[in-house]
Amino acid sequence: MARPTPTHPVDGRFGAYGGKYVPETLMGALIELEDMWHEAKADTLFQLELAGHRHAFVGRPTPLYAATRLSSHFGGAHVHLKREDLCHTGAHKLNNAVGQALLAVRMGKKRVIAETGAGQHGVAAATVAARFGLDCTVYMGTEDMRRQSMNVRRMKLLGAEVVEVTSGTKTLKDATSEAIRDWVTNVQTTHYIIGSVVGPHPYPEMVRDLQRVIGDEARDQYLSVDGKLPDVVVACVGGGSNAIGIFTAFLDDKEVALVGVEAAGKGVKSGQHAASLVGGRPGVLHGSYSYLLQDGDGQVLPTHSISAGLDYPGVGPEHAFLNDTKRVEYVAVTDKDALAAFKLCTRLEGIMPALEPAHAIHYAGVLAREMGPGGRILVCLSGRGDKDMDSVDGG
Amino acid sequence: MVAERTRLEDALRAKGDLKLVAYMMAGHPNKKRSIEVGKRLAGSGIAALEIGIPFSDPLADGPVIQRAGQVALEHGMNVTAALEVASSIATEGVPVVLMTYINPILAHDPRRFAAEAAQAGVTGVIVPDLPVEESEPVAGWLRSASLDTVFMVAPTTAEDRMATICEHSSGFVYCVTVTGITGARKELPAGMKELFEQVRRHTQLPIAAGFGISRPEHMKALRGTADAAVVGSAIVNEIDQGRDPVALVKELLKGCR
Ligand SMILES: Cc1ncc(COP(=O)(O)O)c(C=O)c1O
Repeated sequence: MARPTPTHPVDGRFGAYGGKYVPETLMGALIELEDMWHEAKADTLFQLELAGHRHAFVGRPTPLYAATRLSSHFGGAHVHLKREDLCHTGAHKLNNAVGQALLAVRMGKKRVIAETGAGQHGVAAATVAARFGLDCTVYMGTEDMRRQSMNVRRMKLLGAEVVEVTSGTKTLKDATSEAIRDWVTNVQTTHYIIGSVVGPHPYPEMVRDLQRVIGDEARDQYLSVDGKLPDVVVACVGGGSNAIGIFTAFLDDKEVALVGVEAAGKGVKSGQHAASLVGGRPGVLHGSYSYLLQDGDGQVLPTHSISAGLDYPGVGPEHAFLNDTKRVEYVAVTDKDALAAFKLCTRLEGIMPALEPAHAIHYAGVLAREMGPGGRILVCLSGRGDKDMDSVDGG
Repeated sequence: MVAERTRLEDALRAKGDLKLVAYMMAGHPNKKRSIEVGKRLAGSGIAALEIGIPFSDPLADGPVIQRAGQVALEHGMNVTAALEVASSIATEGVPVVLMTYINPILAHDPRRFAAEAAQAGVTGVIVPDLPVEESEPVAGWLRSASLDTVFMVAPTTAEDRMATICEHSSGFVYCVTVTGITGARKELPAGMKELFEQVRRHTQLPIAAGFGISRPEHMKALRGTADAAVVGSAIVNEIDQGRDPVALVKELLKGCR
């Protein structure tokens, strides 16, 4: 057997992590999806079509932005933001949704389903469903429908059916479970557009392949403005798609440090957090073996984060691998610090980040202060913050 | 795989009559009640009893079993306590099959789980989110504790996978009759017979049909095609409503003959 590497999972695994832990009913569909994805990836026409949609529909390439006022505020280190907030619909999620919608069309599936936490992936799925004429059902927890109500309205306007999930913690975990149950039932007609690098193989690989455009662009852009690579790349980690998206291009650049920022909620010690890598241990959730917040009996624990998109007890299996091999360092940032970073970036740069990447911005500040004026930091600004107005409130 | 016929296999082979397998959740509505209900079910004429061990995120289950699992978890049910439930019921002589998801088994330690389940008098284990491709080393530990490993075949399973699944199964092969999750349904799906016939080409093991089966007329329809029928949500619903599920079992058994 070949040695597993981060870019090529072996037998659906990144080291020990990944796999396909799903009911038998889905196995045929996953095997087909894997074949179809590998075929599409190698198909020049598919790639050209994808590139066309990325350009004219998503709005790529997204710019690399020098955040000069944040840089001075943090003590002088150079902070650059990769502007995924400028993607159509306001987050990196559309990169993945466009690719999977094209694949659904290629497979002859007329219906797509999705889970959503912050609503950004739900909006992205509803958007591509409208664009490609597919029926769309989005599963969303009651709690998230409340805190991300604007995105619920957007999905409905786009023609998607939004199904309220009232079980369990009423957030992303339970929405994902419901979406998988829908898929088990309607697998013959339906493609499941998973929103992050989670779930059974081949999803973690496929979503990574579709999101790596973030880092591929950013690496070129960074080189062309700075003449060399950044010292460190920072991204927030919920399921981990924007982080894998920006990290992948830099994995072989050993001199570039990579940092994934999880949600520490009210503090990792409080137990009210969503930091799967920092505070969890390996287990199986939603079809893959990876780090997981669980109790001693293997029951998945409720999570907490102010940011709905990070409020998830699991994390993609490639991150588990990158954590164990120490290629990426994973840290956690609290609600309080993320909120402060949200406000700071808004006031200093005139850019309102989503609460998810606000976690990464806070940590970029921590690193900047350590590194001093010579430091060079690239942050993935995965989405914009309009959706979070209700959670942030006041001034 | 050449193996001796197991107790479970003997219990489930139809001899004219269709065999009935009942499902219940350990700890639902509470531990003590679930032992009482299990003992009553054991003596009700069923061929085997499936006992669920609850998991917080049961992907293959519909609302009735999800809720039963939630109630059991709220009462502190876990693998160790569920094995106590299983052990108390197994003493009644009915073959007991455990059904749970992979994560509670991993958290408990699969090797220890296998040894303790065998110690509790359990005959086999079904793990709905453990397809054959991912089944080692867990299935190996189960086998070495002389437990049957029951794998599932679905309507969406391709022919070549069917052969592999049958080869890895012991005790019986579980045919998921519907493309979907657990939960009582009015009608049985079309195409069921063809599925059983296809599976029979790959195995000598008894075939148990499950998911959606809930009524005496379903039993009649399955008689002569499958060896056994698994009834889950309909029985769990009786328990949930505080009724004695044995009345339903008696009705179902009439349809088996
Ligand atoms: C803007 C934004 N960033 C990040 C995330 C977290 O997801 P991931 O870790 O897959 O990038 C979300 C999820 O909803 C999001 O909306």
